[in-house]
Amino acid sequence: MAKDVVELDQVIIRFAGDSGDGMQLTGDQFTSTTAAFGNDLKTLPDFPAEIRAPAGTLPGVSAFQLNFGDHTIMTPGDQAHVLVAMNPAALKANLKELRKGGDLIVNTDEFGDRAVSKVGYVSNPIEDGSLDGYNVHKIALTSMTVQALSEFDITKKEAERAKNMFALGLLLWLYSRPIEPTLKFLAGKFGKKPDILAANNKALQAGWSFGETTESFANQYVIKPAQMPAGTYRNISGNLALSYGLIAASVQSGIPLYLGSYPITPASDILHELSKHKNFGVRTFQAEDEIAGIGAALGASYAGLLGVTTTSGPGVALKSEAIGLAVSLELPLIIVDVQRGGPSTGLPTKTEQADLLQAMFGRNGEAPVPIVAPQSPSDCFNAAIEAARIAITYRTPVFLLSDGYIANGAEPWRVPNPADLPQIEVKFADGPNHKLEDGTEVFWPFKRDPETLARPWAIPGVAGLEHRIGGIEKADGTGNISYDPTNHDFMVRTRQAKIDGIAKSISPLVVHDPSGSAKVLVIGWGSTYGPVEAACEEVRNQGVDVAHAHLRHLNPFPSNTGDVLKKYDKVLIPEMNLGQLGLLIRAKYLVDAIGFNQVRGLPFKTQELVDAIKDVVASV
Amino acid sequence: MSENFPSLSLVPKTDDKQSAKDFKSDQEVRWCPGCGDYAILAAVQGFMPELGVKRENIVFVSGIGCSSRFPYYMNTYGLHSIHGRAPAIATGLATSRPDLSVWVVTGDGDALSIGGNHLIHALRRNVNLKILLFNNRIYGLTKGQYSPTSPLGKITKSSPVGSLDHPFNPLSVAIGAEATFVARTVDSDRAHLQSVLRAAAAHEGTALIEIYQNCDIFNDGAFEPMKNADSRDDVTIRLEHGEKIIFGANKDRCVIRNKDGQLVVAQVSEVDQAQIIVHDAHLDDPTYAFGLTRISHPETLQDTPIGVLRDIKRPSYDRLMREQLDQVIAKDGPGDLAKLILGKDTWEVN
Ligand code: SF4
Repeated sequence: MAKDVVELDQVIIRFAGDSGDGMQLTGDQFTSTTAAFGNDLKTLPDFPAEIRAPAGTLPGVSAFQLNFGDHTIMTPGDQAHVLVAMNPAALKANLKELRKGGDLIVNTDEFGDRAVSKVGYVSNPIEDGSLDGYNVHKIALTSMTVQALSEFDITKKEAERAKNMFALGLLLWLYSRPIEPTLKFLAGKFGKKPDILAANNKALQAGWSFGETTESFANQYVIKPAQMPAGTYRNISGNLALSYGLIAASVQSGIPLYLGSYPITPASDILHELSKHKNFGVRTFQAEDEIAGIGAALGASYAGLLGVTTTSGPGVALKSEAIGLAVSLELPLIIVDVQRGGPSTGLPTKTEQADLLQAMFGRNGEAPVPIVAPQSPSDCFNAAIEAARIAITYRTPVFLLSDGYIANGAEPWRVPNPADLPQIEVKFADGPNHKLEDGTEVFWPFKRDPETLARPWAIPGVAGLEHRIGGIEKADGTGNISYDPTNHDFMVRTRQAKIDGIAKSISPLVVHDPSGSAKVLVIGWGSTYGPVEAACEEVRNQGVDVAHAHLRHLNPFPSNTGDVLKKYDKVLIPEMNLGQLGLLIRAKYLVDAIGFNQVRGLPFKTQELVDAIKDVVASV
Repeated sequence: MSENFPSLSLVPKTDDKQSAKDFKSDQEVRWCPGCGDYAILAAVQGFMPELGVKRENIVFVSGIGCSSRFPYYMNTYGLHSIHGRAPAIATGLATSRPDLSVWVVTGDGDALSIGGNHLIHALRRNVNLKILLFNNRIYGLTKGQYSPTSPLGKITKSSPVGSLDHPFNPLSVAIGAEATFVARTVDSDRAHLQSVLRAAAAHEGTALIEIYQNCDIFNDGAFEPMKNADSRDDVTIRLEHGEKIIFGANKDRCVIRNKDGQLVVAQVSEVDQAQIIVHDAHLDDPTYAFGLTRISHPETLQDTPIGVLRDIKRPSYDRLMREQLDQVIAKDGPGDLAKLILGKDTWEVN
């Protein structure tokens, strides 16, 4: 029975189930198919810290949201159009994420009395009328999957496990996407288990066919490809893009990459990824703790490699002393902080931007460290190269502040041609750099480049450059131990001036203000770029002028930042913290900026930002 | 010369005639007069020419403490880092550059207290590092608090009525941590100290050398029984690989296994010659070397073994890491950035 095909411009789908139901995999697969189809998209994996909390309980619910459309998509979307709830717990935890009137697909097999009461429902929600405001599709996903797989020589449990493929097949049908990419993916995943492979393939096809025949869905939908600049595209998550960016920085600088790291959520995927690329000369060292991770990376930098350490907020706290040493030694080093909810262990799998001040100030003494923050999953690639450029050029540790949202979220990426990537020039010291009064040529490890104020990078193995350095204050020039008050004052100011001087090498802050007559500037940083830009667009569509600027460099700020801020009557700073960029902006530029702050472990919803922006505009 | 040091096979050799003087930096040495560190420095500087490698390919890395000032006084590359972390930093260095001879200088507080974790993990990994642990059983640079090797009941600034901390034995710890090379020596015995350095330099992997070092300001005389000509030979067991363990001024004492299998000290006159243990540093079973570390009485220093207790062969971590890289490159070819970032799932937009 051919169904009517209806065209839509955008759809938000949310998959929710037990941690063991394979919702992340289902979401990823729908995403890559959709990306390859040509839609623009953003994703939001939303999962618990526990690996497998008890089945059927609220803490065990794992969800995946995807927003895709025929135009530019900036966020994973506010409320979903479609929610797939694999069990009562998933329904209970996610119903508020489904818009009124939205399509709700429930797996009726899991809605037995016990399962329903286990999560605190007093009556069965799929029967008691409480879901009347939604378009409910009651589908026996589990039993239909088992039935479809009856011909296979697999256990009932194995058959049941394929129900996510049935659900995926149904959704692929609903939005007119091909199943071939998933068949290819399954072949790779289960190639060594032919029975399981055949069963999953069959479940996927059964889901698709069910869509065609069931009366539960009257229509099939199409969402045309989005207009995107010409090029070759792929789908990419932030942690993967960041890993590739680090490898690219190594290739573009010609020095091998060395990762010293200790496993921590949500940064571990970078360690996993980099450990796969030994053929790029990448050395990965899984250390005994966070401190040894950065210690080894710093040792590698001293040896002339590109030292990197990856972690999240709690790990940064442990690394602080070593970061201070890197500041004092003036060696290149990249510290990747994939921020998560804090303080302490906080919310390991949820996002937050509350490590900005830790990155900025979390060390003893005056220890300035440059900070670069990517704005989207794919932007992690370029941000990593930029962090390496600053680290290598200025011989300094650099913070790369990603967060859980962009680390795990994904989007289409126009893959760059390596020939178009910036070169990073590495110059190791190769001989004396100073003439003493008596004419002797000597090497001074702390004689600086007058332009960048960087000291020479003098790696072991070069005759005549033997020198000793450490964390004790060094005399300007010679680098010998010095407790001289005037020298210390000079060195502290010089290290600060070196970091401040990086501003000369970064692009000015750009303001997006189409009408040119906005009175309110919204300024953000890091992963809030998408939601803030989406909200500004929405506000402008409603006829209200608003300007948007986004900071990629948090230390130092672009040189024109103060001028930009002063052009506007009001400045609004949305952040997933209690006002950390706000504090820096207020302190540095004496601007009475207004904060819009949330620490819910989730990215901003567009509508909340729209309301916040309109409130500020109304107050001008 | 460096042919004798397989662990330095990738470090560039020198034809220059080196002397101890070549290894003295221009920095003024700032230890207290009479500190045991001076003797160790002189012994190390005197030994370095034996390596036969280029001076610029030698790096000394240290943590924090009196001993950790050592790198400043060596005319090699040197890195004075932060408290306890030298083994971690040196691991990054040694795994990055096989052409370097990497030495770590540390103390009992630095290596065993704040840096204990890094020490045990460097030992089990067997990174090509030579760790000189100056054990003076006290905190010197912070002016005299008890350390993890101070005896129980030790009166110090932070333990005016006696320390409550049971000390540990660094060599027992090292063997428990799967160390492949463990040795002990004394600051004042230059010939012995250098013989141990020689064995450590030859060893592929992490070598831990505990050096009993006198802090004449805060713990003077801590090792006196092992230094005083009257008592020295009676308390010290000088281990030689392949030799029977017999010691004492009159060579009247020895090490045997008792009926429980424990290594113990006995009178030579009371045992069969066949019962006397022949020292075998290459024995894979760590319980033997561990047993040796437990013979001594740390407070009186009676029956303290010095020399190489354990020296076994296990590939170094940095070599294994290099081999993994080489194998992957041999198999997959060198990395191609364009191919990597494209991945397998792409689509074209025209
Ligand atoms: S305090 Fe002790 S260990 Fe430190 S330099 Fe003085 S004598 Fe040597």
